[in-house]
Parts: sequence; C-alpha cells; structure tokens
Amino acid sequence: MSELDIQPELVAELLVSFLREEVASAGLGRTVLGLSGGIDSAVVAALCARAFGPENVLSVLLPYRLSNPESERDARAVGEQLGLPMRRVDISPMADGYLAAQGVDDARRRGNVLARCRMTVLYDLSVEWRGLVVGTSNKSEILLGYSTQWGDGAHALNPLGDLYKHQVYELARHLGLPEGVIEKPPSADLFEGQTDEAELGFRYADADRLLQRMVDRRYSEDELVAAGFERDFVRAIAARLVANQFKRVTPVIAKLSRRSIGHDFRYLRDWKR
Amino acid sequence: MDCRLVVAQTNPRLGDLGANLEEHLRHVDAVVGSADLILFPELSLTGYFLRDQVEEVALRLDDARLRPLLERSQRISIAFGFAERSPEGRVYNSLAFLEDGRVLGVHRKVHLVTYGLFEEGRDFAAGESFSIVESRHGRFGPLICEDLWHAPSAYTHFLNDADALLVASASPARGVETPGPGLASQRTWNILLSASALLYRTWVAYASRVGWEDGIGFGGGSRILDPYANPRATVEGLESGLAQARVDSATLRRARSEVPLRRDEKPWILATELARHVPLLAALRAEHALQHE
Repeated sequence: MSELDIQPELVAELLVSFLREEVASAGLGRTVLGLSGGIDSAVVAALCARAFGPENVLSVLLPYRLSNPESERDARAVGEQLGLPMRRVDISPMADGYLAAQGVDDARRRGNVLARCRMTVLYDLSVEWRGLVVGTSNKSEILLGYSTQWGDGAHALNPLGDLYKHQVYELARHLGLPEGVIEKPPSADLFEGQTDEAELGFRYADADRLLQRMVDRRYSEDELVAAGFERDFVRAIAARLVANQFKRVTPVIAKLSRRSIGHDFRYLRDWKR
Repeated sequence: MDCRLVVAQTNPRLGDLGANLEEHLRHVDAVVGSADLILFPELSLTGYFLRDQVEEVALRLDDARLRPLLERSQRISIAFGFAERSPEGRVYNSLAFLEDGRVLGVHRKVHLVTYGLFEEGRDFAAGESFSIVESRHGRFGPLICEDLWHAPSAYTHFLNDADALLVASASPARGVETPGPGLASQRTWNILLSASALLYRTWVAYASRVGWEDGIGFGGGSRILDPYANPRATVEGLESGLAQARVDSATLRRARSEVPLRRDEKPWILATELARHVPLLAALRAEHALQHE
C-alpha cells in the first residue's frame, strides 16, 4: 500500500473516455503510437485498443541499429497480445545520415536525435494512417524533464501525463500486460545498457513519493524534510523541476500587438463553433 | 409543491450553441408530459472552458435562438445554463428558469471560481444576489456550482423558505487514489449536497455534466436528494442521462415537523456578527447608534 495507489479500473475508464472524446474532437477515430517495448507505451497501446478497437491503433516499432534487441521482442509481444497492426521502421539510415555525416558521438545529442527521428516517423505515419499521435510520457518523466523536447515529448494527446511511474505500473497490471514488460528496468534505450534510474541517479519509487508531496500536495521544503526526505534529495528534485519547465510549455511568443497568441488570445484546442 | 423533477446530465460541445440547443430540445421533448421541471448543468448551452469564446457565445435573454426553449416551457419548466449578456453588456455565468413561455427568473453565479484550474473571474461578471424562483411547481433556490460551497448562498434560500435547491454544476473530475470508491471530487460533492439537504431540510436537485474539454473531464454524479439526504434518483456513471423523482411538500412538511431548523433559526445573531465583520454594515450600525444616542 502506498499513498500513490490508484483505483486502476476507474483510471482506465476515465482514460478510455478521454481518448475517445479528444480523438473524436479532432475529427478522427484512430491513433498511432511508437511501441518501445517498455511499460508506458504498452499501457497506452492497451488503452487505445480499448478505446478504438485494436484494428484502429497503429503500433510502430522504431529500432535503431544499436537498440537492445529485447526492446523489439517485448514490443512485438505487446502488439501481438493486443492484436494491433504493427509497422517496423528502422531509423538507422535516417539517424546515421545525420549523426555519421556530422560526426556526432555525444551520447545525449545522439539520444535526442534518435528520439526526434522517431517523432518524425510517427507524425508522417499519422497522416497516412489518419490517426492522432498519442504520447506515452508519464508524470514522473515530465516533471523530472526526462524526455527529449520535440522527440518523445511531442504528441497530440497524452493519457499518462498525470500518472506517476508507480501508478503506471498499477495500471499495467490491471490491464494484464506481459510480466516481462512490467518487470524489466525502465530504459529509454537510446544507448547500450542505459536505464532511467542509473541515469537519473535515484529510484522512481523515491522520486514519485517526493514529487507527489511536493507538486500535488504543495509541501514546503521543510515539511518534506520533516516527512522524512533527505534535504539534498528534495533540493535536487526541486532544481530539476524548475530547470525543465521549458519542456512543459509551448514556445514563448514576444507580445507586441493588442492581442497575442498564447497571452490574451486564449481558446481551447477543442474550440468549436 | 408537487413537482416531477428531472435532472439532465449532459455533455455539451464547447462553443457549439446549435448542437447544444438541439440536445436540450431532445431531452426536453423526451420528458415533456411526464415531468414538470427539467434542470440542466452549468453552462449547459455553451460548454465550460470558454475563455475568449465567452464573448462569442453570450446571449441576451431576448435572443431569438432561445425561442424553441421558451415555446416548450409552455408545457414544462426548464432551467438551463448559459453565458448571459446583460442589457448593460456584461456577461454572466447564468441559470435561466423558463416557465409558461417566459423567463421566470435568472440566477447569475455569484461565486465565480478563479483559482487552480479555474478562470471564471477573468471571463465573467459576478452576480450579486440569491433570489427564489416562484414557480407554479414550488419555490426554487437556484445555485451554480461554487455558490453552494459558500454557506451564505444556500442559507439565503433557506431563510427565504425554498422548497428545493436547484444546483447546476460543471465539476472537473479529479482524485483517483485509493481507497475510493470513485472520484474524490464526486464523493466531496455528495457530502456537500447531503449536508445541504440536512442543514436546510430541503430537496436538493443537482445537475452536473460529463465529457472532456482539453483533457479536463467532468465528474457527473447528477442526483435528487430528499430532505433526509436520501438519493431519490441518480444518473449513474460518467455518461449522459436523465434521472427523475417526485419532489413534494408532504415530505418537506414531515421532515420539517420532525426537525424544525428554519423555525428555530436565529438570523439576527448572524446579522449582529456580520455587522462586526463587514465594514459597511459596521459603519451603518455605528451611524445608527449615534443617531439614537
């Protein structure tokens, strides 16, 4: 038991309804998503399959030549279990066309390029498939800024963006996804041997508990320390939260006119007349 | 009062007056003849997160587009939510009450919500009063969503002997943690509605909406409670639907004989306290005291 525990049945019901309405509001009835072999995209795939029927959810495998082969194996297992149409697009030629030509060997830059190549493929296929690109970033990643701007962070809708990693696990179990996908350590698989927790330097379980108190419940630093968190950990997470705000907002427009997009020209995406 | 009351749980399309009006007429036509009053949710004619669309969808009460609803109100009373443009040009978050082909009353939301995810204070002018609607079917106390969270709103209707509170709402669904069951936001509303029924010994009708607007879902939970806080009718789940109950004076009389809260209320105690807390009242009181020295 944890303070983070959700009612997975209720959450699944809400998210299926969210997907149906927001996709319909864009005038569509289908979705496309990248299946990475990880838990987040597996959960989104399962939710989309419930919302639209599996035949209306295009799952795309996007391996790079250095990707862990287990990722593709796990992604296929998810796609097959759910009965989704699958496409495989090897992004090596397009990524290397830039990386090799420009001699990019910094791991972070390479990772970002791979994430943006995948985004490019998904957005292109969304036109062919006539479906919306659905994102798979969870609340932990978004708050920590553990994503690539305009890469995995780019999508039309995101059903997981208000669920901490712990809650995604609960939802995955409720949805009956393969144990292998649920049990393996989370990884962006952008370079060999990469895991989220090794790269971040802390465990999601600890970050989730802290973030929920800090963000959802508005605890102050002193209150968090009194609740048992190390002050250094609290400060490190708070610093990440602030440093990555730029990834969570739309591009900043300089206001010049009487009425400016994003400032005082304000409509919802679901704007109808 | 003897009123066959229907609460409609709907899913308005944001900014689409035509589609929403159709939906209202569809529900009205479905119950006309078997109901006396139908209550729709907050901003049922327009959708909720209007932002700059407020100006574009605001209607005056004499707008021709309301005619189909007015015509139907010859046969059934209709309370619905909309963005009301006043004769002075201000726009209010309002609940109109139509009966016998005319506008019998309008409640303008007093407590606009402007915190957290809400921006009503940016988009609407605030109402200034709580007035009873004296309908052929009873004395109704209309309130819009946050109004009920401020105790003096329902209390004012209580002082004025309302038979039933009509609460129109667009409450965002939130809180999915265990133990539940269900949405925390909806459980909270049920507590508030039940407490209102008990504290004011009144019928409570709650029409709330469902659906999504840019990722914000609405929690539904529309219901009719008797003065003992028993649910007499509920719309289950997060879908559109209707719930109907017979709302009568006999039940009110029994509930109020058993526990005569209104009879025993002492509003002058509150008046004295208010005079200390509200500067203008305090000033008037001081002036009054001087004059009578």
